[in-house]
Amino acid sequence: MRILITNARLIDPEANGTPPGAVLIDGERIADVFDRPAPEGIPADAHLDAGGNCLAPGIVDIGVKVCEPGERHKESYRSAGAAAAAGGITTMVTRPDTLPAIDSPETLEFVTRRAAVAAPVNICHMAALTRGRAGQEMVEIGFLKDAGAVAFTDCDQVTEDTRVFSRCLAYARSLDALVIAHPQDPGLSRGAAATSGKFASLRGLPAVSPMAERLGLERDLTLAEMTGARYHADNLSTAAALPALRRAREAGLSVTAGVNIHHLTLNELDIGDYRTFFKLKPPLRSEDDRMAMVEALGEGLIDVISSMHTPQDEESKRLPYEEAASGAVGLETLLPAALRLYHAGHITLPALFRALSRNPARLMGLASGRLASGAPADLVLFDVDAPFVLDRFRLRSKSKNTPFDGARMQGRVLATFVGGKLIFRKEPH
Amino acid sequence: MGFHAKHLLGIEQLEQDEIRVLLDLAERYVSLNRGTRKHSSALEGLTQINMFFEASTRTQASFEIAGKRLGADVMNMAMQASSIRKGETLIDTALTLNAMHPDLLVVRHPHSGAVNLLAEKVNCAVLNAGDGRHEHPTQALLDALTIRREKDRLQRLTVAICGDIAHSRVARSNILLLGKMENRVRLVGPPTLMPARIGEFGVEVFDDMREGLAGADVVMMLRLQKERMDGAFIPSAREYYHRWGLDAEKLSHAKDDAIVMHPGPMNRGVEIDGTIADDINRSVIQEQVEMGVAVRMAAMDLLARNLRAAKAGNPERMA
Repeated sequence: MRILITNARLIDPEANGTPPGAVLIDGERIADVFDRPAPEGIPADAHLDAGGNCLAPGIVDIGVKVCEPGERHKESYRSAGAAAAAGGITTMVTRPDTLPAIDSPETLEFVTRRAAVAAPVNICHMAALTRGRAGQEMVEIGFLKDAGAVAFTDCDQVTEDTRVFSRCLAYARSLDALVIAHPQDPGLSRGAAATSGKFASLRGLPAVSPMAERLGLERDLTLAEMTGARYHADNLSTAAALPALRRAREAGLSVTAGVNIHHLTLNELDIGDYRTFFKLKPPLRSEDDRMAMVEALGEGLIDVISSMHTPQDEESKRLPYEEAASGAVGLETLLPAALRLYHAGHITLPALFRALSRNPARLMGLASGRLASGAPADLVLFDVDAPFVLDRFRLRSKSKNTPFDGARMQGRVLATFVGGKLIFRKEPH
Repeated sequence: MGFHAKHLLGIEQLEQDEIRVLLDLAERYVSLNRGTRKHSSALEGLTQINMFFEASTRTQASFEIAGKRLGADVMNMAMQASSIRKGETLIDTALTLNAMHPDLLVVRHPHSGAVNLLAEKVNCAVLNAGDGRHEHPTQALLDALTIRREKDRLQRLTVAICGDIAHSRVARSNILLLGKMENRVRLVGPPTLMPARIGEFGVEVFDDMREGLAGADVVMMLRLQKERMDGAFIPSAREYYHRWGLDAEKLSHAKDDAIVMHPGPMNRGVEIDGTIADDINRSVIQEQVEMGVAVRMAAMDLLARNLRAAKAGNPERMA
């Protein structure tokens, strides 16, 4: 099947401009990209007029939590897949912090099977780094990698024992396996529900200094240098951590970094009167930290933006702030939230899609994330300006814990293609 | 001018005028409480439920007496012992109680913000009797009334709040209230018990007690919880007493007529010397307890007036 998409504004992460043009899909791949009106007479089975809207490589979202196994009432592969498709996410890279954790080839096989039958988008899985994410014994990194695990992470669970973590890194190095961590000093951050500062002091919330992230990152970078492992610092959120990251990059370490969309678009003041949908881990930071992350993204020091999609049911959020669960859903709000940075003039669209599509695809060793002939036809067509007010009850995720409920947003996905197949199309009003 | 609040969740939401109105009314209740007939009918027919999710003797007794003197039907619920143990959530408990149509809900909870959360879910007036380390508004109001009576004013005073500021809701409410009434607030204590960036609240921070007390009109001591004396925040109770415990020598750096306050219960020999606490020329600790009842009567009276006005569909007739 050949589909010709014409009259599009092309967002090529490898390029700088956003020229008008056309894309020809042949089967599962992009056959041709024209950064001008498509020549007459190209044979195609279907033709789609993009109406001048943006066409970009689909988003590769690292760190999505689908709550299978264990908490399917919060999110299943079916609901997450539908949400991803509607959000322009063509590849979900899932987290292993399920119940039980994905820490053996058997559990990995289970989720792989579930993902294949239930979700319309591409799905890759990450596995835990240590058994049960308990930070004691390393998982079967070799078997898990053979079974398809694209990275190894204990997610928000810091491997406190430095010796255990260094051995995991060294062993992963021998398999060229990617290790992902959410750097944090476990001692300082224990029990914290907010970032220390004026806001947390006023609200009387137990808080952690932003320096805890720097401490955690500096430890991890030291061990990455020691072992030579491929290391991705995810969920970074503070200005204090950035100099260490910059030094590591300049020293040529095989280190990359990511930020989640909420730390780019929200700050601690959004928590307001103890609104638990804004309770995240790490907690929302100051506006200065947020701006530092936006700048670091703009200059390429931060490689990847992810949704860090974390479904929580109403019960776990309808509690006093300290007791409430952390995390927010983000599959359907990732793109419109990220476009806030574009509309505010902080970042160009190609640079944004480097962080949303190309860089995460490269990091995971995927061929997607490109708008070039030969690349998988994973595409998102979106109206970059379309305004809307988000209604959380219209989200496709089973859990509705978004901090953007009632927020004015701009940017709507019009169509999503995965492997050349149209898997989502926005219903006309 | 007037008192417009539906709930008393914190000092943060109160205007200067509202604080004055409340304190003025509390003065009248001080007189009533000192008489032989202590009854008023301000809350007649209303139901007051005291929900204490954290143990309290003094505050609960104070609210109970306040409610009874105003003619309310008062019920105490010791929440640590009841449904929470059975796994019921705070909101479910609130909704259950709400169905019994209380008019005033007095709530203490160990977590910051829990009382705000509860107030969103019920129809009655909610009074915060202390939430986590967030606010304890009636304590700050009773402290303000005590200060105003002792100093004949509640502005341009230098007030030193000393001790465990970090974990103290009393400190937070007092910082807010004293700031709103245009006083100079100093915080004195070990850095491990000082909240982050507290200097941005328009207060001065000292870790030396003598410097912090120099020239103060009011010295407000805070309780140091036993579980914080074990080496985690300070090395020991005796070193704490040596450096930050209020004794005659340290107090001599304050003004000669400086008053000494403590929200109770006191740890004599830890944060305060027993003889200072008992010195009737300096200590107003017993008066604070007395003012507590009056302030709580005033707060519940005002909230009940607003509740009745709202129920009568006439929000203009608010207190």
